[in-house]
Amino acid sequence: MTTRSGTARAGQYLALVCYLVFLAFPLLWLVSTAFKSPQELGSVDASWLPHDPSLDSFTAAFGQQPLARSALNSLIVASCAAAISVAIAVPAAYVMVRYRSAVGKAATGWILVSQMFPFVLVIIPLFLVLKSLHLINSLTGLVLVYVVWNLPFALWMLQGYVRAVPASLEEAAAIDGCGRLRTLLSVVLPLLTPGLVATVMFSFVTAWNEFFFALVLLKSPEKQTMSVILTHFIGAEGAADLGPLAAAALMATLPSLLFFALLQRRLVSGIMSGAVKG
Amino acid sequence: MSVTAPGASARPKGAGTPPPRSAPERRRALGLDRDAWFLLLPALLPILLLSAGPLLYGISLAFTDAQSGRTAVTKFTGVANFADLRLDSLFWDSFKIGLVWAVSVTALQFLLALGLAVLLNQNLRFRWLARTLALVPWAMPEVVVGVMWRLVYNQDAGILNATLRDLHLISENVDWLAGVSLALPAVIVVGVWAGMPQTTVVLLAGLQNVPLELHEAAALDGASVWRRFRAVTWPALKPVVLAITALNFIWNFNSFGLVYVLTGGGPGGQTRLPMLFAYEEAFRYGQFGYAAAMGLVMVAVIAVLLAVFLRNRLKEDEQ
Repeated sequence: MTTRSGTARAGQYLALVCYLVFLAFPLLWLVSTAFKSPQELGSVDASWLPHDPSLDSFTAAFGQQPLARSALNSLIVASCAAAISVAIAVPAAYVMVRYRSAVGKAATGWILVSQMFPFVLVIIPLFLVLKSLHLINSLTGLVLVYVVWNLPFALWMLQGYVRAVPASLEEAAAIDGCGRLRTLLSVVLPLLTPGLVATVMFSFVTAWNEFFFALVLLKSPEKQTMSVILTHFIGAEGAADLGPLAAAALMATLPSLLFFALLQRRLVSGIMSGAVKG
Repeated sequence: MSVTAPGASARPKGAGTPPPRSAPERRRALGLDRDAWFLLLPALLPILLLSAGPLLYGISLAFTDAQSGRTAVTKFTGVANFADLRLDSLFWDSFKIGLVWAVSVTALQFLLALGLAVLLNQNLRFRWLARTLALVPWAMPEVVVGVMWRLVYNQDAGILNATLRDLHLISENVDWLAGVSLALPAVIVVGVWAGMPQTTVVLLAGLQNVPLELHEAAALDGASVWRRFRAVTWPALKPVVLAITALNFIWNFNSFGLVYVLTGGGPGGQTRLPMLFAYEEAFRYGQFGYAAAMGLVMVAVIAVLLAVFLRNRLKEDEQ
């Protein structure tokens, strides 16, 4: 009996290791490529580890494309989008949880339905609208788009957190003569803080990672975000300078990896409760 | 202000009714009072103006000859775009590729993620590390994922060819993303890789819903692992599976960035997903109306497929 479960255990660990290798090896390869010297990148034998680690690819990446500028653009767009979308989603999520209303139901329905439409159906009209507002090739236009694009998920996450706030506390506040707004600000909001942080970070990462809208709406290199600038490292014929490409890609993913590392546990539990209840 | 007034929690918990209000009953519309509208509108207006509005506008564009940068007035052309689409073999080629891609990525994602979720649900050592690692692809921008796999697949400097050569499985380096029969499977692997974390997390959540006592009872009765999975785990998991599979299918069918970066739709259109096709039609050739019609056809077909899928599954449940 013990040996049988022992083999089963070993099999489980083996399977787990296979999964983790599959999940981790492209990332390791990205890191390894980014730190290789130009000579080594040119050699025919690809090796797992850089023999002579160098930062040449990173300096080259900054020289080839306006990488610093694009990082700043990404930072501006993602922070503004995250801050605005969560700021307007909190009161809305609160109303959607605490009132049984047709509007709340319709909004929830819309969140689900909007997942179904291919972006191309939304981006063409958005392009035309933003063009008439002179917001094409502008970070403001992109922030607007990201705010709306982030809202459904922010609303969804926040509703879960609001539901966890005991209604009795609000009743107490109401008896004490607090209005809705006061109650929200002074009773609900403080209790919501951890969920709020998670939602802000998630919205930030989503906007930071986004590619399609940024590709369509931003034209000039000095306006483009990091994900768009990355594609410039790949030449017209698909040829690429591998070292700088890897270095730039690594830099583009660092903030979101960092946030995910910090956020991981809360995010998983948030999504789990959402999945189980929803 | 005392926050913990005793006796204030007399109301049944979890009911969605608002707490008692001290002020006289205010004006209400659609079940909301003035305060609620005030709190809801900042989110509602942007959604209406920049999501619902453009969507309706986009649908209407599908029935016009709208083009970018043209000075002539856009004309209503009825179903002309759809009539053209019907004969556009390139579009239907890409549509087929989109279906192959979406079905295989969704299916593989599900199978692999289920295995991983079951493993992560076991009481293994280093589980926290495995759980963290399993989330990594999720954190990465899709463009970075595309770039990263280009490096892996690279003909000369890629690790895949180097490894296969070391194992003596190939004698010459393969150009994975440029081979006509290899490109689609190669991008499908990347799609599976990129989407596994979400599916795993959702399935893991579902697994934690499975009643443990039932499992133990079945094990005591000598039920095999497979039987226990069929009889205990699967029924509890099914609703979650249904939801995540449907969503994954939609997301995969509409995906863009990964393949745009990996192959740009090549070689020779072998990996040109419908979204890549529509993007080029709209923003390279300026055919806004035509591209909008493509988008609409994509939604319609997806909706029909989902309806069939969900109805069959629900019927199964009733039996």
